[in-house]
Formats: sequence, C-alpha cells, structure tokens
Amino acid sequence: MTQKPSRREFLASGIAAGAVITSASAAKAETPDPLITETQTWAQSFGDGVDATPYGMPIRFEDDVIRRNVEWLTADTISSINFTPIHALDGTITPQGCAFERHHSGAIELKKEDYRLMINGMVDRPLVFTYADLERFPRENHTYFLECAANTGMEWAGAQLNGAQFTHGMIHNMEYTGIPLRTLLEEAGYDTAGKWVYVEGADASSNGRSIPMEKALDDVLVAFKANGEALRKEHGYPVRLIVPGWEGNMWVKWIRRIEVMDAPVESREETSKYTDTLENGISRKWTWAMDAKSVVTSPSPQAPISHGTGPLVITGLAWSGRGAIVRVDVSKDGGKTWETARLAKPGEKMALTRFYLDTTWDGEEMLLQSRAMDETGYVQPTKAQLREVRGENSVYHNNCIQTWWVRPNGEAENVEVS
Amino acid sequence: MSKFLKSISIGAVATLLAVPAAAQTFGLGRAALPEEISAWNLDVHPDGSGLPEGQGDAIDGEEIFAIQCAACHGDFAEGIGNWPKLAGGMDTLDREDPLKTVGSYWPYLSTTFDYIRRSMPYGNAGTLSADETYAIVAYILYSNDLVEDDFVLSKDTFLDVEMPNADGFILDDRLETEFTKWVGEPCMTGCKDTVEVTMRALVLDVTPEETAADAAVVEAAAQQEAAITAEPAAVAAQEEAVPEPVGASVDPALIAEGMKVFRKCKSCHQVGDGAKNRSGPILNGLIGAPAGHIDGFKYSKPLMAKSEEGLVWNAETLAGFLAAPKTYIKGTKMGFAGLKDPADIEAVIAYLTTFSDP
Repeated sequence: MTQKPSRREFLASGIAAGAVITSASAAKAETPDPLITETQTWAQSFGDGVDATPYGMPIRFEDDVIRRNVEWLTADTISSINFTPIHALDGTITPQGCAFERHHSGAIELKKEDYRLMINGMVDRPLVFTYADLERFPRENHTYFLECAANTGMEWAGAQLNGAQFTHGMIHNMEYTGIPLRTLLEEAGYDTAGKWVYVEGADASSNGRSIPMEKALDDVLVAFKANGEALRKEHGYPVRLIVPGWEGNMWVKWIRRIEVMDAPVESREETSKYTDTLENGISRKWTWAMDAKSVVTSPSPQAPISHGTGPLVITGLAWSGRGAIVRVDVSKDGGKTWETARLAKPGEKMALTRFYLDTTWDGEEMLLQSRAMDETGYVQPTKAQLREVRGENSVYHNNCIQTWWVRPNGEAENVEVS
Repeated sequence: MSKFLKSISIGAVATLLAVPAAAQTFGLGRAALPEEISAWNLDVHPDGSGLPEGQGDAIDGEEIFAIQCAACHGDFAEGIGNWPKLAGGMDTLDREDPLKTVGSYWPYLSTTFDYIRRSMPYGNAGTLSADETYAIVAYILYSNDLVEDDFVLSKDTFLDVEMPNADGFILDDRLETEFTKWVGEPCMTGCKDTVEVTMRALVLDVTPEETAADAAVVEAAAQQEAAITAEPAAVAAQEEAVPEPVGASVDPALIAEGMKVFRKCKSCHQVGDGAKNRSGPILNGLIGAPAGHIDGFKYSKPLMAKSEEGLVWNAETLAGFLAAPKTYIKGTKMGFAGLKDPADIEAVIAYLTTFSDP
C-alpha cells in the first residue's frame, strides 16, 4: 500500500485550495510551482522498460480503486459478494479486475482442457462440447450490464451503507464475445415443445436456474471472452452464460449443462432466493428483468467534492433491463426540481449509460438525486413509491432513486428524504 | 433418469419436426453418453421426477445432520450466526424481518432434496448417499414440525408432505402493478413543497472502511480512517503471503501446498493475526496445544473428553484426526469428512505449524 494522505486529509487540503479559487476568473499562483520550475526525477532518468509487467496492473496510486466486501452481510467469503468501485470509475466498461464477484461455492479453477458443456433433455441429439468445439461456432460481440438482484437490497428499510460502491456496486458492464444459446440449442435439435432451459454451473453450488425458452432463443449468449480477454476466474472462466437485462444470478458461471425441459426445476435459487416478498407475506417469483435505475457516482460519499466552488461535474450511471436508457434527470434539491443530464453516448439496450451534468457549485448543500427513463417510458421510482407497492421485505429489485446529501465542505452522505 | 428416457422417445418421434426448418447445424460436439447424462442430470422437479431410489427418516437424519450439517445450521436446524436457518419462522412472512426457512418459505420439497444432493454439505458437495439425503430432508421437515420422527421419506411418500407456503407465491406482476403507475413525462419543477432528510446512513454506521464522518469528530475519524484504510492490504497480504516457516526443517513448498489445502478448512476455521472463531475455532497455536485449548469456543463434549484424557495436537494426532474426524473423535462437531490424501494432511499440518510457537 502506498503512503498517501487519508481521504480526510486529502479533502481538507482540497478544500483549502478550493477556498482560494472562489472567484470566477482563473486562480493566480503566489509562487512558482516547483513541479514546473524544478527538474523532476521522472523527467530526468528512466521509467520501467517494456516487460516490467508482462500483464499490467493499475499504477500504485490507484490502489484504492478495488472491490470491497461488507463483512457483516454474509457468514463467509466463499458464499458472498463484493462491490465494484463505481464511485471511482468513469465511462461505462467495467475493468474485469475490479468488477464485483458473487460466488456460492467460491471461484473455482477450471481449465479449458477440462471444460465440458452438455446439452440434454428434450433434444434430438444430447451433445457434449469441449471448449475447442465452442470456438468453432459463429460468435458475436455484445456489451451488457450484469446487476445482482440484491443490488441496493440493504437499503429497503432505510439509508444504510455510505457509498455508491456499497449501495449500487453489485453491477458491472462488459463487452462479451460468445455464441448465441440459440445456435447450440439448434445444434442439439431442441424440441419445440420444450418451454424452458435449465442451466447449471460446474462449481459445487451448481447454482441452477430455469430460463424460459423464449428468452433462451432471443439474446442469451454462451460467452468466453469479456472486454477482449478471457473471462476471469471469478467471473466464470472459461465459459459463462449471459442473460441480458436479467438478474445476475441467472448468468451461470462455469456453465456445464443446459437441459431443455417442459417445466421449470424450481431450484433453490429460484424459490427460496431471488423471490420478492411483499408486505402481505405473498412473494413474487420469476422477477427476472432488472428495472430502470440510476445512481450519481460522483460526487458521492466515497467521492466528495474536493475542489471548492465553481465548475463541478456531476456524473453517474443509468441502466435498464428492458431496453435502452433514453434520458436521465438530476436534482440538486432532493427532487423539487430536475435538470436533464447529458448522456455520454446514446443509451444501448441492457448496457450501462454514462451521464454528466456539467454545472457550477455555489458551495451550498445539495440533495443529489438521479432519475432514469428507459425506452419503454418507465420512470425510475422513489423509494416511497416502491415501498407503497412492495413494503420493505422484498430484498431484491430495489431500483429506487438514491439521495446523496452533499455538505458545504464537499462531503456526501447516503440519506433518505421526504 | 425418467426425464432422459422421455426425451429420447420424444426425440425419436419428432426428429424431423423438432428442428426449425431454417436451423443450421455445424456437426460440432459429440453425442452425450447415457452414463454421462445420468451423472450430471440430477435435477429433481416439484412433481418428484428425478428422485432416486432410497429412503430415510428423521431419527436417522438427526445423527447425519449433527455430523454433516450442524456445524453451520445448528443441531436443530436453527442456524448458527449468519448461516442459514432451516427451521422455524412460521407465520413471519408478513412481519418485519421475516424468517424464511424450508418450513416457513420454501414452496416445494423437491427443492430441498435437489439442493442438498447437489450442493451440500458445504465444502464437500455431492458426497451424500440417496438414503442420507432422504434422512436429512426428513430431519429438516421434522425440525419444522411438518412430519413425525418416524415418517419415512422416499419417492413414494415425497408428495405426501405439504409445504406450508406452497401457495405463497405469485408470478411477477410488475408490469400490471408498477409500470402502469411509473410511466410518462415526469415532474421537472415544483415537484415538492419541502424536502427533509428523514434518515442518515451515518447514524446507523455500518459501512466498512472509508466512512465519511461528522465534521465534529474530524481528528478521531482521521486517525481511525488511516488505520482502517490500511486494513485491506494487510488482509490481502495475510491471505497471499506464505508465512515464514518457524523451524528451519519445514519445507516452504510444503507450506505453500498446505495453504492451498487449507482452503477446504477456511469456511469454518481462521488462522493468523486477527483470526476469529467462526463455526470452528481459530487454529493459531494448535500444534503442541491440548485439544480444545481456545477459550470461548464451545467444543463438542467428546472432544473435551479426549482433552481430559490428555489428547495433545501434534503431527501424529492431527494426522489421525484429519484422516477420519468422525472416527478419531466420535461425536465431534466438525462436519468435515476428512482429507483422503496423506500428502494433503502432511501439507496442511506444515501450514498450521507456521501459526504455532516453536
């Protein structure tokens, strides 16, 4: 770990510097900056030669941009989850190395040579594929977000975790290379009477899920590359399932078997878990799609404003499992008034969309919120609206509008507002 | 599997009809053999299809559960710490913090059998026989007051069990109950008269690491924060680095091997600085210590009896225990089945030695 000022020290120095830059015109330096007037070591001697790191890691100054775990959430890291540092990222693609992990029996090591994928059940030809077989099918590239159904799940009963990483970090967004599941089902000659496919992983949990055939034939991918390189162990190397727009638990890692069936298995992961209990005790099941959602990633509790008043970039992420994001609005006053943010690029279906609000901060406190709209016309609801329909015991699928209370000193806190 | 046979017969009749006309095939892959399909196709459906031959009751199940499951799930399926509770919670689903167990929540009994057979015991999945699985399921039902202790569970009686929450589910209705409300042009100005902060995460204070603090406690927070920020690196170092061997005689490669083997133990046992008791005791200082030496951990009675008889953990005694825990100490709480490979045992003992004083 490098020696660096604590976030608080950094913040304090930033605010001091910021205090100087309060006028509208550019700041004036009192004394020449030694970083400019004195020759620095990096400008004089050598840096690393090529091959110093055959596979590069982020520079050490960024070593706080890492996945983090909330220990009290689960009994054990083997069956647990951690969180993507979305507060410190920009753009939309999540680097694999800091994309959140969710395991039910740990991240296994499975060699390509030992990999087998079986298709059985209601098919003409039950088949076994090797990894090398999969590489010979026509493949496609698509960028999709994966969001755990429990993302923001700790916030149902109230503002709880103080940071976008912890409230919204069970998400990542990658460009996948894979084979349409339809291609493999056709290869096996699926029976059109089969209404479901059951998919399971090679790890000890198997994490089996039933997926309706309509979805399986539509856009599901059997993927082996992400962001151009092999999947990471923790994301299912060598092969995982991609189920665009649907809850992350269905994206079975280390996928080893696909069974065509006439009825769902009703496995543990689709009955006892990933079902949403309403206020009256009745639970919704088969709540697969992830509804439109957004969050301001900066400023946020882990990314306070450190530069004082003046120009401020408010940025965040928006996504929908039901199509493309068409608009994101931002409020600075807890939802009284809204401004429409700028989308970095037009929204893509079932992929993260980056938004920016380029604004001027007057140093007053803000209650920052963002509100996403997708192409179906759906508008991201408030937590009060969600609670009115679902109560507070749903656990999953909390897509409420998030509020950060930004204070005059630039710090931000996760709060709920009336 | 009946499912497999069914698919074969359907396939035989429908070969020409099943594949959509436009479907292109590539002739890749090879035929899956029946033995291969039956090895992997273990799923059990709500109608009981896929259940194997065999049987068991709660009386047998209690004994098996105590050995295989109780370390995490408790002797009475009540759950230990954060591990899942499998019994109780009846009539809590409409209350604050409902308790969802096999008895109070799971709609199908098939799910319990399916999951236990494939994925349990935790860390030793897929090792239970059909009879053991039936017996454990029967014991979980018994713990939920859903069957008598002599009820014999088998594929013939499976559907006789009524699951209390079988009718407790509806299909996703968000499109009807939510989408109709939350569409259209949203309010842009004058949307509320007043806005009050009604709840703050800092008041709850459950966020790990860099928690922003109130301005009034700057100094204390800054110090604390610096300490906390350093923690992940320390933890990472502890996990990745092979500890320095204590005695010169211990082979570093063997210790490294032992660290890998120890992964099997990690779900219940911690070692090193900051280790805490979990469902198993911490293992610091194990070598050379009398059995049951960790204060504050509740060991099984049989283990403490052995300790009183003078059992001290050394390479020899630990090897005996790890090879067959339940034979070595009959009635131990340790749910682990044991290490089969003597080389693994040697390696893990070498690893544990590094956490013991010489």
